[in-house]
Amino acid sequence: MIGDFPPAALLILGALLVPFFKGNARNWYVIILPALAFYLISQLQPGSSWQIHFFGFDLTFLRVDKLSKVFGYIFTLNAFAAFIYSFYLKDSTQHMAALFYIGSALGVVFAGDMVSLYFFWEVMAVASTFLILARKTEKAQGSAMRYILVHIFGGLCLLAGLVIYINQTGSIAFDAMTDRNLGTYLILIGILVNAAAPPMHAWLPDSYPEATVTGGVILSAYTTKTAVYTLIRGFPGWEILIVVGCIMTIYGIIYALLENDMRRILAYSIINQVGFMVTGVGIGTMMSLNGAAAHAFCHIIYKALLWMSAGSVLYMTGKSKCTDLGGLYKTMPWTLIFGTIGALAISSVPATSGFTSKSLIIDGASHEHLFWVWLILEIASAGVFLHAGIKFPYFVFFAKDKGLRPGETNKSMLIAMGFLAFLCIFLGLYPKPLYDILPYEVHYQAYTINHVVAQLQLLSLSALVFFLFLKLLKRTETISIDTDWFYRKGGRLFYYLMDKSLNGVNRFANRVFAEGLAGFAGRMSRRGPEIFTLGILIPLWSVSGLKGEKLQGRIETTRAALQTGTAPVGIGAALATIFLVIIFLLT
Amino acid sequence: MKQKKEFDYFDRPETIKKLWILLYVVCVLTTVPDFFTERHAYFGIDGYFGFFALLGFISCAVLILFSKLIALVLKTKEDYYDR
Repeated sequence: MIGDFPPAALLILGALLVPFFKGNARNWYVIILPALAFYLISQLQPGSSWQIHFFGFDLTFLRVDKLSKVFGYIFTLNAFAAFIYSFYLKDSTQHMAALFYIGSALGVVFAGDMVSLYFFWEVMAVASTFLILARKTEKAQGSAMRYILVHIFGGLCLLAGLVIYINQTGSIAFDAMTDRNLGTYLILIGILVNAAAPPMHAWLPDSYPEATVTGGVILSAYTTKTAVYTLIRGFPGWEILIVVGCIMTIYGIIYALLENDMRRILAYSIINQVGFMVTGVGIGTMMSLNGAAAHAFCHIIYKALLWMSAGSVLYMTGKSKCTDLGGLYKTMPWTLIFGTIGALAISSVPATSGFTSKSLIIDGASHEHLFWVWLILEIASAGVFLHAGIKFPYFVFFAKDKGLRPGETNKSMLIAMGFLAFLCIFLGLYPKPLYDILPYEVHYQAYTINHVVAQLQLLSLSALVFFLFLKLLKRTETISIDTDWFYRKGGRLFYYLMDKSLNGVNRFANRVFAEGLAGFAGRMSRRGPEIFTLGILIPLWSVSGLKGEKLQGRIETTRAALQTGTAPVGIGAALATIFLVIIFLLT
Repeated sequence: MKQKKEFDYFDRPETIKKLWILLYVVCVLTTVPDFFTERHAYFGIDGYFGFFALLGFISCAVLILFSKLIALVLKTKEDYYDR
C-alpha cells in the first residue's frame, strides 16, 4: 500500500534517478519528489511498519506519530521550496547530494529504533558535506574537511553511547530516556554536536557560509533540526538542556553581532534559534515541547527564507560581506521585501510565524515559574531583533550605498522566497493549522493584548538601541575567533609544542647519550687501562725517585705499550686483576 | 533618451530624519496601552509599567557593549587562519 511507503526511501531512491534527467526536466523532477513525499507523509497512519530483522536487531524504518509527522511535513515542504529556488542550477551532483541529505533526515525522523537512526544520521553527515564541497573553492574544501571530521566525532560519541545503552537495556527502541548514565550522556553529546551547542558548534558558522548559494539554504534546515527532533523524542525534561539552550541563545547573538559576513550572521543566528528549541525540550512540559516542535517548524521556513535572500544577493553580486554590500534596496526590492519578512518572522514580530511559535516556549518557561530562564529568553528575543532582524537587512540593503547595481535576482528564486514569505505571515496570522499538527493538544492563544504589547515594546526599544548604537555596530573587515580555533590553530600549536617538547627531548637524548655517553664510553675503553695503570704507577715511580725527563719517558713508553697492546705480561696481569676486583666490588 | 531617475528615497537626509521621528513615536506609543490594561504578571516585575520596553533597551545595550568588549580579544584579521 502506497500509504505506508517510507518517505525517506522515496527521496533516496529518487536521488539515484536524477542523472537520467536532463535540463529543466531534472529541475522539475527534484521539485516534484519532495511534494510527493509531503503527500505521502500526510497519508501515513500512526503506528510502526517496515520492520526488518537485521543482524539480530528488529529495525523499524517507519514509526509514525504526530511528532515524526510534524518534522516530516516541514522537511518536505522546505525541500520543495528549496528546489524551486535552485531551478537555475545545472548541477546534478548537488541535487543528488541534497536529496540524499533530506532523505536521510526524513529517515532519522521516522526511524523507530536507534540502529536505523544512527545509520541515517551518518548518511546525512556524508551527503551534506557534498553541498559544501560543491562550492569548489579552497576555503570550502577546508571547511568541508573540518565539517566531516567534527561530525565523525559526534557520530562516534553517539555510537559509543548507543552501544552502552543497548548493552544495558537490551533494547534498541528509541523513546524518551530516563536513565542518566555514561551511555545516555554520550548519546546526548552526539546529538548536541549536531544541534550546534557550544563548545561543539563551530562547525556550523565555519561550513554553512562556505556552501553553495542553494547548499546554504538546504543545510540551514536539516542537521540542527533533526537534532532538535531527536532531543524532543529522547531527552524531554532533561534540565541540563535548559542551561545548554540558554547559553546557545545568547552565544549566537554575541557572535552574530561581531560578524561581518551576512551568511555567517545567519549561521550564528541558527545557533541562537536552536537554543530556544533546546530550552523548550529541557523544560519538558507539553506546552514547551509543542513550542520546540512549532518553533522548529517556523524556524525552518523563515531561516530558509533569510538564507535565500542572502543567497540571491551573493548570487547577483558575488559578495557576502557587509563591508562590501549596502544600498541594494534600489535594485533588489523584492529580495529586500522577502528577506525583511523573514527577518521580522525570526524576530517574532506579531503577525509573523515566529510570534506564534516562540511564545509557546517562553510562556512554557513562565508557566513553570522559571524566572531566570524566562528572563534570558526575553533578553535573547530582544537580541534576535538586533542581529538578524535589523542588522542583516540594514547592512545589506540600506546603510552605505557601495555603488552595486546588480538588478533583481531570477524568477525561480523570487517565487520560492514569495512562497516562504507567504507561509511566514500565514502561520503568524492563522497558526491553527500548525497547532493542529503538534505532538500534544494545544490550548493556547498567542494574541492577547498583554502579550502583543509586551512584544512590541521589547522590539521597538531594541530597534531604537540598534540605531542609537549604530556607530558601535559599524562593520569591520574582521573575523572573530571561535572554538574552531582549537582544531584550526590549536592543531598547529599542538604540533609546535610537540615539536619543541618531544623533539627537544630527542635532541637532548641524542646529545647526552649518542654523542656524549657513547663517546665517553669509547674513550674510556681505549684509555681506561692507561689511566688506571698510570694512576697507580706514577705515584710509585715518584716515590722511587724518578723525576723530570726520565719519569716523562717512562710514562710515554707505558702509554704506547698499553695502546698498542704490547705491555709487559706483569702489567697486563695486574690490570686484569684490578678490573676483576672492581667488577667484584661493583656487583 | 532620458534615463529614469533612480529610486533613492532611503538615502535622503529628510527621509532618515522622518524615520527617526517615527521610531521615537512608535517607542512611546507601545507603552501607552500599559496605562489601560492590567497585565497578568508571572513574576511580579513583568507587571510593571513599561517593563518590556526597559528590558528591551537595557538588554540590547548590554549585549552590544558586551560584544564590543569581547571583540577586543576575539576579533582578528580575516586571513588569520591562512597565515
